Amino acid sequence: MSEAAIPTAARSAPITLVGPIAWVRTNLFSGWFSGLFSLVLLFLIVKWTLGFIEWGVINAVWSVPNNQTQACRDLKGTGACWAVITEKHRFILFGTYPYEEQWRAFLSILVFIGLFIVSAMRRFWRKELGLIWIGALTTIGVLMWGGVLGLNYVPQERWGGLVITLILATFGLAFAFPLSILVALGRRSKLPAIKALCVIYVELIRGVPLISLLFMASVMFPLFLPEGMNIDKLLRAQIAIILFAGAYLAEVVRGGLQSLPRGQYEAADALGLSYWKKTGFIILPQALRLVIPPLVNTFIGFFKDTSLVLIIGIFDLLTAGKTAIIEPAWQGFGIEVYLTVGFIYFCFCFAMSRYSQNLEAELNQHRVR
Amino acid sequence: MSTSMEAVASAARADAPPAIMLDKVNKWYGALHVLRDVTLNVALGERLVVCGPSGSGKSTLIRCINRLETHQEGTIKVDGIELSDDLRALDAIRREVGMVFQSFNLFPHLTILENCTLAPIWVRHMPKAEAEALAMEYLERVKIPEQAKKYPGQLSGGQQQRVAIARALCMKPKIMLFDEPTSALDPEMIKEVLETMVGLAETGMTMVCVTHEMGFARQVADRVVFMDRGEIVEQGPPNEVFENPRTDRLKLFLSQILRGH
Ligand SMILES: Nc1ncnc2c1ncn2[C@@H]1O[C@H](COP(=O)(O)OP(=O)(O)OP(=O)(O)O)[C@@H](O)[C@H]1O
Ligand SMILES: [Mg+2]
Repeated sequence: MSEAAIPTAARSAPITLVGPIAWVRTNLFSGWFSGLFSLVLLFLIVKWTLGFIEWGVINAVWSVPNNQTQACRDLKGTGACWAVITEKHRFILFGTYPYEEQWRAFLSILVFIGLFIVSAMRRFWRKELGLIWIGALTTIGVLMWGGVLGLNYVPQERWGGLVITLILATFGLAFAFPLSILVALGRRSKLPAIKALCVIYVELIRGVPLISLLFMASVMFPLFLPEGMNIDKLLRAQIAIILFAGAYLAEVVRGGLQSLPRGQYEAADALGLSYWKKTGFIILPQALRLVIPPLVNTFIGFFKDTSLVLIIGIFDLLTAGKTAIIEPAWQGFGIEVYLTVGFIYFCFCFAMSRYSQNLEAELNQHRVR
Repeated sequence: MSTSMEAVASAARADAPPAIMLDKVNKWYGALHVLRDVTLNVALGERLVVCGPSGSGKSTLIRCINRLETHQEGTIKVDGIELSDDLRALDAIRREVGMVFQSFNLFPHLTILENCTLAPIWVRHMPKAEAEALAMEYLERVKIPEQAKKYPGQLSGGQQQRVAIARALCMKPKIMLFDEPTSALDPEMIKEVLETMVGLAETGMTMVCVTHEMGFARQVADRVVFMDRGEIVEQGPPNEVFENPRTDRLKLFLSQILRGH
């Protein structure tokens, strides 16, 4: 027993402990119950996947000659009618934007996506990024409205589809986020007036549903304006969304501010940093890092909430999809359209979610030892 | 260190204008009276050690000196400037007074070097290269230049506290305040931080230091101030205060910390 221990050479773990076989054994078949459960699940997954492939690919109809949907109807639900997408995709993406001008709306979407990609890269996180945003948003404005540079004027009432969703979401978050930071800071202000203002704003806005804010923006707001003055409906909805998102984001940011230890504020004060330098260099960088997950959660929520503008008659992506199948010839193909619209939403939201996870890992490296 | 040198230095200090003047300072937290008629002058170049039982108001006292806390009665003058609600006076004082905290309070999202250069660049408007050179000089003085690119979380407590000292020194303060700089540290790290502070004392820096490290107080302090329940009860040269306590409160306190050590 008490013999001097001879150091044992390290061996690689037996095949029963590592590798795919071991993984399957420990994770799927660790007992008779979990084994049975895994088998049933596996069966269902395979069955549904095959069913979906049969419906969506094998039996699907991809196009029909000029609105003759008989071929689709003959399927009696055994196959997807993707012809509705082939036929209506431009309407879903661009709404009632004039057909010959739709390249402009398409370009705007590309500019948006480019802007998102550039903003996501940390290499571009410099002062110039602000200029890039101003440039990109101006370009989008010029493209969509026209009336200059030989582009025909397109009134806002004719805009629609994905572009509207991207406009509402991008401008919404681009303004709501800075607003929310100011409000969150204001709620912690030592000046009672500023503090009260911020508290009232957050509590009032959070206390009503977004739908009622949108109604107010579209119905009540014009009543307060002087006779003859009219603010565009989209802008009103946009303002309602900014105010709404701002209140929610402010609470998320405040959570981050509150979780910072007091010593950080004191150390910055003791070094003589002014309020804004302290906030900009010490407090916000730490507080925002801490709240990346709930922040992105709220972003994703608002991206989808923009679809509520349908109730005041703005043609966003979802409304355009819904309207596309009103035409008698295409009635009854809602599944295909909603799947497509849902997929578009999913792409944007999933990208945000993945990106936030990477960002969180990258920005919080200093916390890893 | 020769005794004659000491005597000369002390004499010079006695003549120097006071760096910090507190006159009948009173402070309350709600109904709690935490500073009671505190009157204290600290000469330029003087090394003052403040000790006293927990809750006696030591932290409050030195936090009033750079206005992390505000006092309600009496006057505080630092470097000839009176502390008031005037923001410009406050900025001037914060630039001249460095502070080291018990819990280090380094900025975890910035590297050691960035921790040290932030304030010189943004408060003193020093060019970046110059601030970095200065920071490296002080990091060398606290013996951790090789950690400059790391984050605070990657350093030991003693190293972090030395960085905190270097960070404060990078602002070239005239006065340094220490609030129990070693009480959050393991014994072997206390030594390295105290050595750094002794080194700093030898440069002639005006220091106000809240600490229970008797050895440190004996070695560097010109004067020890004993506080209890918000009052200065006794003060004098370390030997006198520690060897011949006049009040029962100080006797009790000394017996307690001697037992604790
Ligand atoms: N922000 C505050 N609000 C209310 N009371 C406080 C606050 N800070 C300190 N106090 C109280 O004031 C008194 C003095 O506190 P202070 O921190 O100055 O004591 P201290 O001598 O530094 O003690 P310690 O050795 O424990 O650090 C204590 O009774 C403490 O509870
Ligand atoms: Mg204390």
